[in-house]
Amino acid sequence: MEDIFPLSKLEINEKGIVKKINIEGEFRRRLLDLGLIPDTEVTVLQKSPFGDPVAYLIRGAVIALRREIVDKILVERVLV
Amino acid sequence: MKSKDIVVALAGNPNVGKSTVFNGLTGLNQHTGNWAGKTVSVAKGAYFYNDKKFILVDLPGTYSLLSNSIDEEVARDFICFEKPDVVIVVVDATCLERNLNLVLQIIEITSNVVVCVNLMDEARKKKIVVNLQKLSKILGVPVVGTSASIKEGLNQLMEAVDKMLVNNPKEVIKIKYDDNIEKEIKDIQKELTIIKNINARWLALRLLEGEDSFIKTFEKNESYKLLKCVKESQRRLRNVGIDKDEFRDKIVSGIVRRAENISEKVVIKNEKYYQRDYKIDKIITSKLFGIPLMMMLLGIIFYITIIGANVPSKILANILFQGEEYLSQIFERLNVPLWLHGMVVHGMYRTLAWVVSVMLPPMAIFFPLFTILEDLGYLPRVAFNLDKLFKKVSACGKQALTMCMGFGCNAAGVIGCRIINSPRERLIAIITNNFVPCNGRFPTLIAIITMFFVGVISSPLQPLFSAFLLTLIIILGVMMTLFVSKVLSKTILKGLPSNFVLELPPYRKPQIRRIIIRSILDRTLFVLGRAVIVAMPAGLIIWIMANVKISDVSLLTHFATFLNPFANLIGLDGYILMSFILGFPANEIVIPLIIMSYMSSSTMLELSSLAELKTLLIDNGWTWLTAICVMLFSLMHWPCGTTYLTIRKETQSWKWTLVSFLVPTIMGIISCFVVTSFVRLFGFL
Repeated sequence: MEDIFPLSKLEINEKGIVKKINIEGEFRRRLLDLGLIPDTEVTVLQKSPFGDPVAYLIRGAVIALRREIVDKILVERVLV
Repeated sequence: MKSKDIVVALAGNPNVGKSTVFNGLTGLNQHTGNWAGKTVSVAKGAYFYNDKKFILVDLPGTYSLLSNSIDEEVARDFICFEKPDVVIVVVDATCLERNLNLVLQIIEITSNVVVCVNLMDEARKKKIVVNLQKLSKILGVPVVGTSASIKEGLNQLMEAVDKMLVNNPKEVIKIKYDDNIEKEIKDIQKELTIIKNINARWLALRLLEGEDSFIKTFEKNESYKLLKCVKESQRRLRNVGIDKDEFRDKIVSGIVRRAENISEKVVIKNEKYYQRDYKIDKIITSKLFGIPLMMMLLGIIFYITIIGANVPSKILANILFQGEEYLSQIFERLNVPLWLHGMVVHGMYRTLAWVVSVMLPPMAIFFPLFTILEDLGYLPRVAFNLDKLFKKVSACGKQALTMCMGFGCNAAGVIGCRIINSPRERLIAIITNNFVPCNGRFPTLIAIITMFFVGVISSPLQPLFSAFLLTLIIILGVMMTLFVSKVLSKTILKGLPSNFVLELPPYRKPQIRRIIIRSILDRTLFVLGRAVIVAMPAGLIIWIMANVKISDVSLLTHFATFLNPFANLIGLDGYILMSFILGFPANEIVIPLIIMSYMSSSTMLELSSLAELKTLLIDNGWTWLTAICVMLFSLMHWPCGTTYLTIRKETQSWKWTLVSFLVPTIMGIISCFVVTSFVRLFGFL
């Protein structure tokens, strides 16, 4: 079984299941509000022209997140 | 609000057409943009149904009521404490699951909810089916499907709201949380029986969560028994491993999971149609095409503006200057004193005529084109493309959005900065907003480019080249924005970039008809009205200054001579600088004022084309250096009066208003000085 690793490590079109969010306080709440709770599937959609931020598909909505954030979201790879 | 009026709150996620529903019901025109957080203050309107008056309150768009952003607090407090008779929650039929999150949170507070599933037409196009009856049954509240942009379903919505006044929902959905939490909720609810009006279960949850504002209220009311009870509950929860953060996580997760579960039951999705947007985004925000495409789009808009404005500009000039002659003849026939004739016709009327003929057409064309991009949902993609640059200068990526809003109007851009949560980043965005030229400054840039850099002889390539040069100027403005943001983050507004979430909403078909009607009617009439209010008095001042003489020299010349030494250093002349100063109320009168002041001391009395205008300018000593410096100074100088007042209102501080005044002005002076010195030093001129 593969370990959990940061969401930032996933490539375009890969999917992950959120396992842990290492962000505290107000911003953690904001992410949860977007539906980014444990066991949520996230698909990597698209990098921006300069490589950061990256757009993710989260529960039907397209959300762009900066590198520092996705470094702290740990996922498990979904094999397609 | 009178007590007998029925108050209806309109809540919903950002970007679900909430404002369109609001406009559809009230007929009050309010701008709706396709990005998160556009409706930033609470708008009110009224509609009549069944002989009753309903006051509709448009709450800020929010994803949730649980985080503590200003918008969410405004929405939550209104629903909780103002006790609207009914809350309409507008949701997006194409993205129901995420929207249900807010619906469930609101139903926790009040059961008087009508869910308005909007964008049904979009859903049909995307072959998404939402079972409204089933949704209504699960939620226990009425559900109405609407397509607000084509006014579909609004009657049913009003009917459902009206019915709710006599028939409150009884059995609404209740979210069950972790057993430990449920037990504590019950305990606290017992202590809350004295509190009427507010839903006790919801209040118990907030207290357990440690929501500061509520706890303080109870402290003030000396409800010590209740607070002690809350403390004990929290302690018991901690003992089973549910601390404050874990508690919040469990609450939010509970709601999100329930939304997921409901969505699975009522929505039939069609994955294929979601793919369309992703495919478009893969091109529009790609490494290869993202940035060039953005510049090209900007260039195309300028190109259409320039060629589109040409003909109406000429026609308006012909009509208006013909009108000046007629007006003069009438004045002569009526034996009006010469000074009054001069004041009214050569001062006020002529300035107005210049504003209307040169400035109005480009403004009237640029604005709707820009709004189309906005409605399409392109602007969040601009923010996505440019975010890395803004991060590098320690600013918020959403600043790209507020920057874009500045193209339409800097005052609107400054208000838009409310979407930026971090106060530091918001100030940076406000201070730098003026570095993008607003609609009122474009015509100045276009006129000068056309006269001095592409030649006034018409050729098919000419507007294309003008658009290209204009795009370069905008890029310079964006670079200045980034540079100044960086300097601010390193000096008076020190700090690291904060976290933010940027949503890329689905592309939407722009409501072309509405945009055109709104632009032509609202916008053009607004500009015309402002031209009358601002340009005529300014024209009057110029005329008086040109005709009142002290020791045989007009006041105008005195003033210009006074400004001349400084103006010369930055490549301008005294008349130009004076026009910029007098143009403080509105940027679109700067060029007309320059013309007026030159003409007042010139023998040339007839002037109706750009070619003749160029001659006038060159006769008054303009060179290509003057033209460059006027463009630079137009791009970078103090914000207009309206923007200035808006900044004061938004920052609540004269200090930051002054900074917003000084920063672009100093940058403009430095840029013009450097360019002028460079050109003169190396003898290019």
